[in-house]
Amino acid sequence: MPVRSNIVGIDSPEALEKALRAAYYLADDAIATASYLALALGKPLLLEGNPGVGKTEAAKAIAAVLGRKLIRLQCYEGIDASAALYEWNYPRQMLAIRQAGEESIDIYGEAFLIERPMLAALRAPDSTVLLIDEIDRADQEFEAFLLEFLSDFQISIPERGTLRATEHPVVVLTSNRTRDLHEALRRRCVYHWIDYPTEEREARIVMMRASRVAESTARAVVAAVGKLRREPLSKAPGVAEAVDWAEAATLLHRGGARWPEAFKRSIGVALKDEEDLHFIFPRLDALIAEAAA
Amino acid sequence: VNEEPVLPRAISVFISFVALLRANGFAVAPEQTTAFLAAIELLGPRSIEHVRRAGLATLAPPPERRATYDRLFDLHFHGNEAIERADVEDEEVVRLQEEGRGEDEPPLADEANESGLAAARAEALVARRFARDATIDALRRLSREAAHLPRRRGHRRRRARRGPFADLRRTLRESVRNDGEVLRLGRLRRRARPRRILLLIDVSGSMKARTEENMKLAHALSQAARNVEVFTFGTRLTRVTSALRLKRREQALNAAAHLVSDWDGGTRIGDALQAFLAVPRFGSYARGAAVVVISDGLERGDPVALRDAVAKLSRRAWRVSWLTPLATAPGFQPQTEALIAIRRFVDDLVGGGTSAAVVSHLLSLGSRRAA
Repeated sequence: MPVRSNIVGIDSPEALEKALRAAYYLADDAIATASYLALALGKPLLLEGNPGVGKTEAAKAIAAVLGRKLIRLQCYEGIDASAALYEWNYPRQMLAIRQAGEESIDIYGEAFLIERPMLAALRAPDSTVLLIDEIDRADQEFEAFLLEFLSDFQISIPERGTLRATEHPVVVLTSNRTRDLHEALRRRCVYHWIDYPTEEREARIVMMRASRVAESTARAVVAAVGKLRREPLSKAPGVAEAVDWAEAATLLHRGGARWPEAFKRSIGVALKDEEDLHFIFPRLDALIAEAAA
Repeated sequence: VNEEPVLPRAISVFISFVALLRANGFAVAPEQTTAFLAAIELLGPRSIEHVRRAGLATLAPPPERRATYDRLFDLHFHGNEAIERADVEDEEVVRLQEEGRGEDEPPLADEANESGLAAARAEALVARRFARDATIDALRRLSREAAHLPRRRGHRRRRARRGPFADLRRTLRESVRNDGEVLRLGRLRRRARPRRILLLIDVSGSMKARTEENMKLAHALSQAARNVEVFTFGTRLTRVTSALRLKRREQALNAAAHLVSDWDGGTRIGDALQAFLAVPRFGSYARGAAVVVISDGLERGDPVALRDAVAKLSRRAWRVSWLTPLATAPGFQPQTEALIAIRRFVDDLVGGGTSAAVVSHLLSLGSRRAA
């Protein structure tokens, strides 16, 4: 296992946290530690957490810190090698055969290969970060396939042979945990469960992400969102929703709406489920008043 | 010169922590131990918190067992004093119990009750062990005819003689043999996959006579089909899916018996289902699934809560079946307030008084369409 304690000048979790902050991502100690360990140990980083806690954002920030291009592979049920790895350009191959006539031609040449995210990351491991997003949406066949890729960092293309990465690429996997991932996959990775940020940190995130939100607004929104997350909702508001809510309320307030009213009218950007809205509505006034206090 | 590797004393304390985790049912692979040690070295470690975090990142305890991890960590590295830390508890009326690994005997005495802490509540918590029993014909039928369980069209494609998609890869390979002439276009069609079955089993006092059989059935179903989620409910909701994945029935049922702590108690079906739906991860188990509830519907709680929960469930599910032992004759008309309230949201309201009846219904689901 190649251990590198220093990656582009980052030699500790604290240094990484600072660099992430410069990339507009406020990481807590735990996630900074897990990310640093993943980079240093050359292992994939598996981030799990509820929707909207900033898993994908973390991957983007890591790519920004390393100064690399982020290659994103969105998973879905039925995703297979031709969508994740490579695909042959069949029409082109067919045309080439026709045009070649009597001459011999290699139809499995570079010109006919369509690069998909995993192959692209493998070919340029020093300039890319591979994000495998929402791995829990993919089926078990793909998970098994991925396992092979993540342990050896090699790909075999039957027509061309095996391709191996010159160094371990940086890989970030995210999961919303809609199903349990295979134990072997968790084992291969450095693991971190992202929780909702503390109120203090979330308020800072809101102010950093939103364009012109006052601190008092940010704090009120964060407090309200925190309360909503403790309710039995089918879709609790994430960090992104908190940012949107603060932004929307500020916008309405500038348009002339009074404060509690501005929060209330813009609740739609935080709660996006009719039933949840219906459930919370009778207590919304009290909830907002409490949060703004 | 080959020397026996000697474990430095400073490292042995970390190795023994890994052993402690394993003894408590955490699955830790040797490569994770190696990564753990490398991580500790990388981090300094400048404080004990670094060691804790290194463990969290590399040994990857599942989030629902995080509290146990922390307790074992404190026990190992701080000694006994630190264990008195109050666990964070959610304030749900119906408590959710997330299972552990389904080990036979949880070494921590209070493990089974971990998220319970329900001493304050006057609930009769009885750990029940299942007795051995002969295999029932119905369960055999279930495993024999598992192919008749409900299926859905998957997104993965397979070769077929006829189908809506062209198999370009195969077509090209064959055309090369014929000087680039396409003689036959290969076809693909979508493959059928087993549909998820979500089994919700009432284990309250009024279902007492059926509980043991139902748990056996749940085990047989978990073994026969891949995509099965099982929860029990009474005054609480408990996920027993991975306990039931253990192959040997006795072992599986024992593990489940340890997880569930509301055997033969009261029933708050509505609250239990609401609690189920309020956890996004659980709620998504219902999406597109064949939901099967085995309960007599004798609700002590609010029937409105039950009706709302079932309505929500039916909107997410492919089909909701409610199996009640009370329905013995085909033309069953529900009498209890709860069953009347939910009747229009369930697709099948049929008898579930015997394992044979439940199995027949499960197998008949395969030939039905979404309601």
